[in-house]
Amino acid sequence: MLTFTLRRLLLAIPILLVISLVIFLLVDLAPGSPMSEIPLTVPPDVRQRMIEALGADQPVFVRYLLWLKQFFWVEPMTLVDGWFGTTFAAGEQRILSWQSRSPVFTIIGQRIPQTLTVVGTAYLVGILIAVPIGIYSAYRQYSVFDQAGTLFAMIGFSVPTFFSGTLFIIIFAVWLGWFPTKYDTTLVVTDWDSFVQRIRQMALPVMTLGLANAAAISRYMRSSMLDNMAMDYVRTARAKGMSERVVVLRHVLRNSLIPVVTVIALGIPSIFGGAIITENLFGVNGIGAALIGAIHANDIPMVQTLAFIFAVLIVLFNLIADIIYGLLDPRIRYD
Amino acid sequence: MPDGAVPVLDVRGLKTVFRTRGGEVHAVNSVSFHLQPGELLGVVGESGSGKSVTMMSLIGLLPSPPAEVRAGEVLLDGRDLLKIGADELRDVRGAKIGFVFQDPMTSLNPVFTVGSQIMEPLTRHMGLTKAQARDRAAELLALVGIPDAKKRLKDYPHQFSGGMRQRVMIAIALACDPEVLIADEPTTALDVTIQAQIIELVKDLRQKLGMAIVWITHDLGVIAGIADRVMVMYGGQVVEQGPVRQLFSDPRHPYTRALLKTIPSLHGERAARLQAIEGQPPILNAAPVACPFRARCAHAHDRCQTENPQRRAVDGLAVGQGHDVACHWSPGGAA
Ligand SMILES: Nc1ncnc2c1ncn2[C@@H]1O[C@H](COP(=O)(O)OP(=O)(O)OP(=O)(O)O)[C@@H](O)[C@H]1O
Ligand SMILES: [Mg+2]
Repeated sequence: MLTFTLRRLLLAIPILLVISLVIFLLVDLAPGSPMSEIPLTVPPDVRQRMIEALGADQPVFVRYLLWLKQFFWVEPMTLVDGWFGTTFAAGEQRILSWQSRSPVFTIIGQRIPQTLTVVGTAYLVGILIAVPIGIYSAYRQYSVFDQAGTLFAMIGFSVPTFFSGTLFIIIFAVWLGWFPTKYDTTLVVTDWDSFVQRIRQMALPVMTLGLANAAAISRYMRSSMLDNMAMDYVRTARAKGMSERVVVLRHVLRNSLIPVVTVIALGIPSIFGGAIITENLFGVNGIGAALIGAIHANDIPMVQTLAFIFAVLIVLFNLIADIIYGLLDPRIRYD
Repeated sequence: MPDGAVPVLDVRGLKTVFRTRGGEVHAVNSVSFHLQPGELLGVVGESGSGKSVTMMSLIGLLPSPPAEVRAGEVLLDGRDLLKIGADELRDVRGAKIGFVFQDPMTSLNPVFTVGSQIMEPLTRHMGLTKAQARDRAAELLALVGIPDAKKRLKDYPHQFSGGMRQRVMIAIALACDPEVLIADEPTTALDVTIQAQIIELVKDLRQKLGMAIVWITHDLGVIAGIADRVMVMYGGQVVEQGPVRQLFSDPRHPYTRALLKTIPSLHGERAARLQAIEGQPPILNAAPVACPFRARCAHAHDRCQTENPQRRAVDGLAVGQGHDVACHWSPGGAA
């Protein structure tokens, strides 16, 4: 398993390099100028100097190599300096956002907590709802509960989040007044009251995203349970006189979780990607919102860096999913 | 066979029906048989004749729906298993009646160790502690001829060969010292030499432990070697039943005769199996009103079309005690 992991990590390096180049070129090819947000009254020579100051006038390969160095050396070293007070990255240029002129990673560091609390909680809530529903739906296939679960999943699948989110706002915020419509990013949890307020403002975006997540995962869980329920070993367990609880929650569930856990692990990078629409709808100032903002402003370094981080996460969680698969299924041996 | 001894298992008039979309399938029609302590009853019949369904009906192993046991009694030590509650029935399964299934490759749960799968019925039925159960599981593995038993408890099913897995299945079935072992084609999925080993093992275990055995097979050669009595099934019914020697030397039912002709001669090739009998197996979509074998029978006459023959004694003993046959045309002039 260890050699497998190391081999896969080594293999990831060339893959990620190719991905980074592709991302860099694609984003760079897109039309637009970093000056599009600058008022037209600014004279051309000033514009030119601003562009030079950003380094945007350099040929694309120079910028790519610089970005590589910044991403893989300067930024990690800045992090190390921050922790240990060392000066590895002193004087080095960090990746700067063209839009705000501040380091891209500082912005990401500010945005990530919002995204993780809202989108991450929604993912967790989705899993916690979906797994029991999937298990019980499969165990009582075609029952009223199962039919209701199917309907729920269909709604979760087919209704886009901008619609369900708006609907939730109308029902729970406008009509019932239970939750605020907007997510207040500046809220700091200091005491019980502010904690309750945090929970209340999280409720609607979490519900919106949780519903969509739960729909997909409950379907996976159900079909995986159904597949395994028909297996011979289930009959063996029954023939041994095991109770239904042991048969379903030990024998069947343990096997059914293998593909579901893998799917869940593969979905985790999307949490970091944020949920662009939902974040915008509720005013959550997260990564999704940052990405949209950067795209609008032609903030190429920001877009490139975010896109590449997602690529890294996807490669990483693919590896993690494979490792989990190997841990859960004794038949899989990677050596 | 000791006449008049109290049977451990006494099945009377068992009827099992599957309710399917296309209508009912009458898989088992008024099947009666009994099993004396320590006796080995061979059950033969072509594919679809209802052998497995009969045996699984006894201990409620069929999925319901679609299966429904319509009528009959299954007396184990005088108690009717069809009348007792689900919990009580679970106390019987794996404790008083052990089951070995056809396919050892799929009958064990792939994600649990062999040890834990043998230990389950031990802790469930015999109230053993984990440590006691582990010791007993090692004993059982040794008993079924797996070398290095203690170490192999920690192995997973995929680390065993097919024959070894079937030995594990037998160990599980015998874990709680059952009175009855039902082996449903335990060697069909194995190659010939392994088949012979498993048969030897069961013969040996029968000597040591003294349980009664129901052995389902397609292979009349196996029956001749190990069974005390034979029951021939066709179209969900018992068509002939009797002590091995008598039935082999003096078969009465045309189907049994055809079966015996398909046994390969000592030096002939093994190609001929039960399928060699011409014609199609009967369609079981209604309770039978005629002889199920009539369409393939060379001796069928008018009565066979209108009346389902009942089992009647061939040798003067009561039906079930000696040799009996369900045929309107029975040679030998006994009818
Ligand atoms: N779940 C089910 N639904 C409908 N019909 C079924 C079902 N299971 C079994 N049957 C029918 O019951 C009949 C008897 O099947 P059974 O499995 O007992 O045959 P068998 O004698 O064990 O055959 P084999 O030698 O192939 O194992 C068959 O006609 C089969 O089609
Ligand atoms: Mg069968």
